[in-house]
Amino acid sequence: MSEITESNAEVLGHAHEEHAHRDDVGAKMGMWIFLLTELLLFTGLFLVYAVYRYYYTKEFHEAGMQTHILFGTVNTMVLLTSSLTMVLSIAAIQRGKKWLSATFLSSTILLGLAFLIIKYVEWSEEIAKGIYPGSPTLLAKSNGEVLFFGLYYTMTGLHAIHVIAGMTILIFMLVFILRNKITKDNYTKLENAGLYWHLVDIIWIFLFPLFYLIN
Amino acid sequence: MKSPEPDRGMPGQESKTHEEPISYGLYLLIWLSLIALTATTVAVAGINLAAFALVVALLIAVTKASLVVNYFMHIKFEDRIFKVFIGIAGFTIFVIYALTFSDVYFRR
Amino acid sequence: MADVTIAAGKSPHSHSPDGEYHSYLENTGKHRGILAWILSTDHKRIGILYLISIFTFFAVGVVLGFLMRLEMLVPGPAGKIFNAQEYNALFTLHGVIMVFLFVIPGIPATLGNFFLPIQIGAKDVAFPRLNLLSWYLYITGAIVIMMSMFWHGLPDTGWTFYVPYSIRTGTDVTMAVFGVFILGFSSILTGLNFLTTIHRLRAPGMSFFRMPLFVWALYATAWIQVIATPVLAITLLLIVIERVFSVGIFNPTLGGDPVLYQHLFWIYSHPAVYIMILPPMGVVSEIVTTFSHRSVFGYKMIAMSSLAIAFIGYLVWGHHMFVAGETQTAQFVFSLLTFLVAIPSGIKVFNWVATMYKGSIDPQPPFLFLMAFIILFAIGGLTGLVLGSLATDVHLTGTYFVVGHFHYIIFGGAVFIFFGALHYWLPKMFGRMYGKKTANWALGILFVGFNMLYFPMLLLGYEGMPRRYFAYLPKYETLQHISMVGSWVLVIGLIIMFVNLIHGIFRGEKCGPNPWGGTTLEWTIPSPPPLENFEEIPIVTNEPYYHPEAEPIKAEPIPVAK
Repeated sequence: MSEITESNAEVLGHAHEEHAHRDDVGAKMGMWIFLLTELLLFTGLFLVYAVYRYYYTKEFHEAGMQTHILFGTVNTMVLLTSSLTMVLSIAAIQRGKKWLSATFLSSTILLGLAFLIIKYVEWSEEIAKGIYPGSPTLLAKSNGEVLFFGLYYTMTGLHAIHVIAGMTILIFMLVFILRNKITKDNYTKLENAGLYWHLVDIIWIFLFPLFYLIN
Repeated sequence: MKSPEPDRGMPGQESKTHEEPISYGLYLLIWLSLIALTATTVAVAGINLAAFALVVALLIAVTKASLVVNYFMHIKFEDRIFKVFIGIAGFTIFVIYALTFSDVYFRR
Repeated sequence: MADVTIAAGKSPHSHSPDGEYHSYLENTGKHRGILAWILSTDHKRIGILYLISIFTFFAVGVVLGFLMRLEMLVPGPAGKIFNAQEYNALFTLHGVIMVFLFVIPGIPATLGNFFLPIQIGAKDVAFPRLNLLSWYLYITGAIVIMMSMFWHGLPDTGWTFYVPYSIRTGTDVTMAVFGVFILGFSSILTGLNFLTTIHRLRAPGMSFFRMPLFVWALYATAWIQVIATPVLAITLLLIVIERVFSVGIFNPTLGGDPVLYQHLFWIYSHPAVYIMILPPMGVVSEIVTTFSHRSVFGYKMIAMSSLAIAFIGYLVWGHHMFVAGETQTAQFVFSLLTFLVAIPSGIKVFNWVATMYKGSIDPQPPFLFLMAFIILFAIGGLTGLVLGSLATDVHLTGTYFVVGHFHYIIFGGAVFIFFGALHYWLPKMFGRMYGKKTANWALGILFVGFNMLYFPMLLLGYEGMPRRYFAYLPKYETLQHISMVGSWVLVIGLIIMFVNLIHGIFRGEKCGPNPWGGTTLEWTIPSPPPLENFEEIPIVTNEPYYHPEAEPIKAEPIPVAK
């Protein structure tokens, strides 16, 4: 193998730097394509829901009465508000207000945490009632209700995993803001993280009526 | 390495974001609408609309989602190609539902 | 791999006055040895990483397939090499490896990675690090699948993982399914990268309708990868959830619907067939125009038919479920839609043939692979029509006929062109030429072996031999034996071909930047390509496949840019 001289390495290294130019639109495009894959992932679940709801309309109705509207509604509000603080954080960094942006972003993360805590309390109550996959109480119910709660846990659970993933990303973004890696002139990372967070929000917007509001 | 914008795609495509920041006020307004729509959908769920309950709930959900997509996610202000992408995904989802139900609908 | 010596290219590279340049095979980064490869974000190196790993798994898959044929030595059940359970594991692993580890990543991840940026005049893909990540995900997924071997035993469900058996079997379906789930991510990242690259990094003047048709095919493929794969991901995740938490989604005793699983599975897996076949179709368009020395006939129609195939591919998944308890309405709808796929496929074939017409054809090995492809693909396509028609499908589904058809399409179609593509582009990738005569001999042996192996399967299926059985009735013995001997011939052909190619890579004659007279951008740069492909980003001023020396298709030469 032929080794190259140091000066050549420098030239090539320089070429690499130039090569690693910024393409914000490209980055955003990649993110959007990724979001579409996430959308399609949940589409599969929503399709399963739709089919079983069609098969077991009455049972889904009865099972839907047993979920907590209050928890669901509060959580919807929490997520929507976290989306607001998310865009405000971007708006702040666009205007060069680092600390305002960091504050808004921290609120988003905290609201995400609040969402998870409420979710936890809600699940605990269901489980305390004996409703969880494979439980004797649940298996004693009709097939439609078993499926409803199976889907309830699967879909809200998968959504919760996405919330956790989103929060992790946002924590990284917070660090980037504090270290001036995300600035007024270079905030595409934050925008993309925001896009992901909003997608999680949108999925919840659909989960909410389907599991909590079908009485 | 002489070309000024080495990897730029088609001429005229901007590679960095130059967008007018949206005002805080507009975001607040969108958020208020979202909260109001949530309250509406919860309130409507209390009324017995029979078969329409699902349709109404989903219509409200779609409205909320489109507010989020258009304003919070900036799609209203992005290049047309982004809308085309979303259209492709949306149409695929429609096809998947329609064809699955061409089986499921007649099976019950 | 890192020790490949460098063939000097013909065209000078700006950095040194004496005409030397740095090919991507030279180590210029801070890493040495193997690290310089597995940590490289250069799309060409990643393409080669994929090439090595994919063909390693191909070899494993071939061995498994070979063993399956060897199992048919005696009708059985007595005197068999493997028992029924082992045979179930064999065909499952053969299917999983060949489908998910070989054909689906196949051309896009290897040659696509290598040539897509070059063909559109870019220095790399849009997200080089993501590109490397997708290779790591591929390897991780592969390892996870292999791990199922050591846990509870190899899965025995077939590569389709149909419920309810896949949620009941004691074998390690969870691990295998999770491995495929990870591979799905790898596939999605490749697709995402390609879409963004094609949209953002085209060279000045490279409008969509000046892109080579291989790029168009990859573009259509990338859309399927991005849009369809998540549906498979969630379906497989549901199997895992079902096995671990038994939530009941696909479990009929809890009210779940196994047919719904099949819907979800084929919503991905039918379009996946087009992930397998579209890139080869793109390669065919490249090869046919290069070796006919003539501009491709009906460029726009071929480009659009790629998109049309990708789209129609979404509408036909139900034809895998004609006997699965689908309603008659659905059977009717899906059968009808299935015939639509023939239209864009036909457009392509007619355009390829029209390209050859009045061209000056140079029957080099890649072109001969293309010829073999057309014959095998035609047989595959015709048997596909037989299976797509409702009445005949009821008789033939679940028999060897399906196995034969599938292999004619995927092996005879996609993989033969993959081989052809290797013969077409390896000289570019390494700057050295393989033995052309040996390549032709290898192709001949492959072609004979292939038909000996799979044509009897069509007959066996027609006579009622069910697939996935480890034993068979004595009346099938002759055909089973012909098929088995065919597998031996095929393996000999494969060995000759790969030895020839690998020998060519290391020891072949240097071949210069453009051994075939190709007209797309990759032939304008030295072989092997320089580190960043282009010393200066080219400015594209004409359509692809412009052969000034050829008799023009139209009265005047192809118009240049407006």
